[in-house]
Amino acid sequence: MELIIASTQSVVDSTLDVLPIVIFLFVFQRFVVGETLTNWKQISVGFLFVVVGLGLFLVGLEETLFPLGRLMAQQLTDPAFLYESAGKAVSALVWQDYYWVYLFALAIGFSTALAEPALIAVSMKANTVSGGAIGVWELRVAVAIGVGVGVSLGCFRIITGIPLHYFIAAAYLVVILQTIVAPKLIVPLAYDSGGVATSTVTVPLITALGLGLSEAVPGRSALLDGFGLVAFACLFPIISVLAYGQLAVLRARVSASETDSRNPDEEEDNAF
Amino acid sequence: MKASLIALTRDAIGSIRDLLPIVIVVIVFQVLVFREPASELWSMAAGALLVVAGLTFFIFGLRLALFPVGEGLAHALARKGSVFWLVVFAFLLGFGTTIAEPALIAIASEAAEVAAGAGVIGSSDEAKGSYALGLRLTVALAVGVALVIGVMRILGNWSLPIMIIAGYFLVILVTTIAPQEIIAIAYDSGGVTTSTVTVPLVAALGIGLASSLKGRNPMTDGFGLIAFASLTPILFVLVYGIIV
Repeated sequence: MELIIASTQSVVDSTLDVLPIVIFLFVFQRFVVGETLTNWKQISVGFLFVVVGLGLFLVGLEETLFPLGRLMAQQLTDPAFLYESAGKAVSALVWQDYYWVYLFALAIGFSTALAEPALIAVSMKANTVSGGAIGVWELRVAVAIGVGVGVSLGCFRIITGIPLHYFIAAAYLVVILQTIVAPKLIVPLAYDSGGVATSTVTVPLITALGLGLSEAVPGRSALLDGFGLVAFACLFPIISVLAYGQLAVLRARVSASETDSRNPDEEEDNAF
Repeated sequence: MKASLIALTRDAIGSIRDLLPIVIVVIVFQVLVFREPASELWSMAAGALLVVAGLTFFIFGLRLALFPVGEGLAHALARKGSVFWLVVFAFLLGFGTTIAEPALIAIASEAAEVAAGAGVIGSSDEAKGSYALGLRLTVALAVGVALVIGVMRILGNWSLPIMIIAGYFLVILVTTIAPQEIIAIAYDSGGVTTSTVTVPLVAALGIGLASSLKGRNPMTDGFGLIAFASLTPILFVLVYGIIV
């Protein structure tokens, strides 16, 4: 019952959120381009779906994704659990003792990115545009590694309390250096990949995870340390995809310059 | 009718694929690592259904209404070639889509909750609401401006890497004078803007524009807009933090 009331309220709120774009598209269509819509029935039905969908999604997010992220953070930092896995009391814990947190973050980041439908579509397009030089699977794995490592490193930052901008500045520097040396084809793709891989479902979950961690780890505050996981999840795929591009070039160069003096297995090893 | 049912099913599969890895990882951890699953999990199942249903309807509706209209407009304006209307369109498109972006709505309300908890703002619903709305408007404004810059760049054929790198430096610079508590939220808001609603429409604008101009590459120019759209929110939210 409560859920129904919350859903109705949420659908009403969503209508207000979607209204500006509807008005603006209509005004442009009518007065700037000067065409009337021929398929207005389909479009009205579509907007109805948008509003109802957004409303329901936001309730589901409030009921599930946020609590789930917090619950996982709570369980992973539970003193009894930590005592069992690290064999120490809370006061004696160092950052290494939170290894299950890093593993969970890695698993969530990697698996959600790998399964992300938008990333699959982008990878296929990139494969076609590059004439097969960019592999669909290779690109997806490269992005997934980036997201997984990013979220995991973000959790490390929350637990240690190191200021966010140190990491960001360092990562930007790496990205800039890589941009200069990486093959030009991969650069736009790399910049795009982080945003593509963090879906509307993943963002709330990892936000809640970060906030939950910052509340549970002694000496951290939600305000100063809790946010930042999304930024990491978007930034590190840029590095991993650029690295993948550099690797592909290296691999091509090795196989081009190599004669039959070495066996193919060794080449594979060197390329990776 | 049959075609829309197929489309709806396809979108439902997409939403389930979004959620499935999370469900699997959580279950694996509950069973293998914690060994006794938390009792709260059952009550979350209903919400998970809402997530899937909501996301499915939302994306289905976007494909039915927003995307065709938006793409049609983007192409029509690109053909028309009026720089003024193109810039106005780009700004409003960025602003309008960002306001309706689900991930941003969620993050903004969470940020308000945290800020209220830490005593940075008042703890009344009104204070939290206006803080969250302020954050969303700031990000929406930033995305609008980003698209304007992006469109100008495509028209003027300016170098993307140089602009992006300059943007990064600016972000780092402003970070040093921004209040501590806004920094992480600012960096996060750069990532949330480029999801469900914004990306397809923005890509349509970039590709439409690039394909109607001579000697431009749709792939790189369509992307350029998104790169700006994830950079300017960081900058604008940092400035928002300095002002508020």
